[in-house]
Amino acid sequence: MRVLPVGDSALLVEVSSGEEAQALHAELLRRRAAGELTAAEIVPAARTVLLDGVPEPSRTAARLAGLPIPRVLPRDQEPIEIPVRYDGPDLPEVAALWDVPPKEVGRIHAAAEFRVAFCGFAPGFGYLTGLPDRCHVPRRPTPRTAVPAGSVALAGPYTGVYPRSSPGGWQLIGSTDTVLWDPARVPAALLAPGARVRFVPVGAG
Amino acid sequence: MTDRALAVVRAGALTTVQDRGRPGHAHLGVPRSGALDAPAAALVNRLVGNPPEAAVLETTLNGCAVRPRSAVTVAVGGAPCAVTVDGRPAPWGAPVRVPGGALLELGPARSGVRSYLAVAGGIAVEPVLGSRSTDLLSGLGPPPLADGAVLPLGRPAGPHAHVDTVPQPGPPAELVLRVTPGPRDDWFSTDAFRTLVTRAYRVSAASNRIGLRTEGPALARVRAGELPSEGMVLGAVQVPPDGRPVVFLADHPTTGGYPVIAVVRAADLAAAAQAAPGTPVRFTVVSRR
Repeated sequence: MRVLPVGDSALLVEVSSGEEAQALHAELLRRRAAGELTAAEIVPAARTVLLDGVPEPSRTAARLAGLPIPRVLPRDQEPIEIPVRYDGPDLPEVAALWDVPPKEVGRIHAAAEFRVAFCGFAPGFGYLTGLPDRCHVPRRPTPRTAVPAGSVALAGPYTGVYPRSSPGGWQLIGSTDTVLWDPARVPAALLAPGARVRFVPVGAG
Repeated sequence: MTDRALAVVRAGALTTVQDRGRPGHAHLGVPRSGALDAPAAALVNRLVGNPPEAAVLETTLNGCAVRPRSAVTVAVGGAPCAVTVDGRPAPWGAPVRVPGGALLELGPARSGVRSYLAVAGGIAVEPVLGSRSTDLLSGLGPPPLADGAVLPLGRPAGPHAHVDTVPQPGPPAELVLRVTPGPRDDWFSTDAFRTLVTRAYRVSAASNRIGLRTEGPALARVRAGELPSEGMVLGAVQVPPDGRPVVFLADHPTTGGYPVIAVVRAADLAAAAQAAPGTPVRFTVVSRR
């Protein structure tokens, strides 16, 4: 684990894997809730957790340096279920990359248990991990100018659901009517970092 | 709609509603947003007796014109500009009483980029996640002002400040940005960091609320490939593949995959918000506090 200072009031904690970053994030949230850590923002990402708005960064960095990271992620919350029609336009390509018939893609995807590693790109857009390594796929060579809201998509190790229509280069395997982001709702984001997620196939898939 | 409202007569190049933003939601991919020149927004709020969190209007380069439906107290600050009420000159940097139905105009910025208009009671559009700020990256908050739009106003909180005038900032000849190195300075050669803190840059016309883009010598990387996406802070000096540093401002993305060579001191970002395209930029390295 490396703790890198960022400006005058932030720290970037870098670990060696995505799993470790998720465990570190859970541990930092726990410490903040217990009053052992002060940070305005705790922002997990692929291999790091950013602590922003830290009053005494050098002191906090020294305390973090030897922090033991629990190996087991908390499982206290039930998975969020997202119904999906596995009817995406990139289903045939993903099936070819996985070397399975197209109708198998939904079955394999829905069998995995996911966790929101981090959010970014757009409010409420979660980067979900949980697919086996052999199911990781590259981005499309040319991004689409408009991906419809509710599209369920793959890129690299991640699954994501587009909270609203936006440009995007991920491989689209399905769609959902679930509202991922609604600023009028509490909480606005359905998927927050650390949340467990399952995709449930619906309709002709 | 009540008569406590403001009709937009001329929206200007880009005028947005801004307050202190919505920090605390970065982990959900929500940018902080908020007034780019935060001290200027706080000052105009104080001039009209608003609490510091009240929403104001932020103009870009060429001002705007509005017509209150009933008499209001306003104050204009930030980038110096002509202020008129029904064509008659009114003071900049002081409380001004505008009669109902009169036309309040903010002229083009004489220097700087962004002028701020506070109205007693604040701009009372519906808050989103605790803030009324327009976030141009993610589209949260009210849309930028459009001609003919009507903005609701809140009830004035208290008496306006008794001041004669506030000092007008002089035209910034040079934008000096103090930086601390890292967190990804090791992705660049030592020459690249020296280039950043010794060579001359200019503010690019492609700058916006997301970032202050620069023109100048490109910074060469020593590490190829992409950085796994990581959290970004306000003031981060991110270096995209073209090598020209970009300073992240209030609407910056919460995560990014280009390395951050340095971070600008928060206290210098208000000046960055007022640096017009073409302004010389000098990055100077300071030790971490």
